[in-house]
Amino acid sequence: MDEASEGVVKKFMFLNRKAPYGTIYALESLEVVLISAAFDQDVSLAFVDDGVYQIVKGQHTKGIDQKNFSPTYRALEGYDIEKLYVEKEGLEARGLTEDDLLVDVTVLSAAEMANLMAEQDVVISF
Amino acid sequence: MKFGILINEGPYNHQASDSAYLFAKAAIEKGHQVPRVFFYHDGVYNSTKLTEPPQDDRHIVNRWSKLAQDHKVDLVVCVAAGLRRGIKDEILAPGFRISGLGQLVEAGIQCDRLVTFGD
Amino acid sequence: MLHIVNKSPSERNAFDSCLRLATKGSAVLLIEDAVYAATKGTAAAAQLQAAMADLKVYVLAPDMEARGMAGRVLEGVNLVDYGGFVDLAAEHNTCQSWL
Repeated sequence: MDEASEGVVKKFMFLNRKAPYGTIYALESLEVVLISAAFDQDVSLAFVDDGVYQIVKGQHTKGIDQKNFSPTYRALEGYDIEKLYVEKEGLEARGLTEDDLLVDVTVLSAAEMANLMAEQDVVISF
Repeated sequence: MKFGILINEGPYNHQASDSAYLFAKAAIEKGHQVPRVFFYHDGVYNSTKLTEPPQDDRHIVNRWSKLAQDHKVDLVVCVAAGLRRGIKDEILAPGFRISGLGQLVEAGIQCDRLVTFGD
Repeated sequence: MLHIVNKSPSERNAFDSCLRLATKGSAVLLIEDAVYAATKGTAAAAQLQAAMADLKVYVLAPDMEARGMAGRVLEGVNLVDYGGFVDLAAEHNTCQSWL
C-alpha cells in the first residue's frame, strides 16, 4: 500500500470476547492495541462475553508458567487508550461487578454497546 | 474498493484461510482491490514453503503465493506472532513478507473495509 | 454494519452475541459452521426467524451445500455466493466477525 495514512483518524474498536490463558487471543489482541496507539486513531476496547475475564483482578499465573499480562491493561492509559467498555449483562452473567475489574471501565447495556459498535469504522475482533 | 483481510488461523486445521482466499478471489474478480492480507495468531502458519499437502488436496500456501503474484496482494506475516511459532524469513513461501503489527493497523486505516477470518 | 458469524450455534455463543448486539437494520451473514443456524428444525432457527424482523439474514450457499444442508434452508434467508459476500462487505461500512 503506497499512500500515507497520516491525518486519517478512524474509529477503531478492539472487541474482546475470549478469556485469557486458555488461548493466546487475549494477549495477542493486547499487542495490537498497544501498536495502534502509535497511529493516533480513535481507539476503543470492548469486553464482551468471556472477554471480561481478561480484566478481572487477582490473576496469578506462576502455576501455569505463563506471563501475567493483566497489569498491561492498567498501562493503557499511558498510551492514551482510555476508552474501555464492558457489557453489563456479560459482567452480571459471570457473577462479576465493576469492583472485580482491575481497570476503570464504562459499563454499558447491550443496547448501548450495540450502538457504540455500530458507530465504528473498523472493528477488530479476536 | 479496497479490502484488507486479517487471517487468524493456520491452514487445514480451520476453514478461515480457505474462506479468506475465496473472498479475496471473488473481490478481485469483481474489480475490487485486495492491497493486503495480514496473517496473525496461528495464521502465520499459512506462509511456510515447507507445507506439503497430499496431491489431491488444495495447496493453501501456494494459492496465496499465486494470488500475490497475479494481483499484487501484499501478504504480511506478523513478526511477533511468527517468531513465537518458528516462522522466519528462510522458510517463507513466495509473496509473503514478515513485518510488524503496524501493518495491520495501517491496513485498517487505508483500506475501505477490513474483513477478519478466524476461529 | 455487516455481522459475520462462523460458529455453529450449538457449539459457541457467537451467534447469540451477534443477535444481541446487532442494531436494527444491520445485516448478518452466516458462513462456515454458522450455516447450521439457518437450517429448519433447530433451536437457532426459531431465534433467527424472530431476529429477521429487525435484521437482514444471509447465508453463504457454498458452506451450506458442503455440509449437506442445502435442502434444509430456513425460509426467508438469502443465499449468497462468495461474490455476494463481497457485495455485502462493500455495501456496509463496517464488517464485524464474531469469532
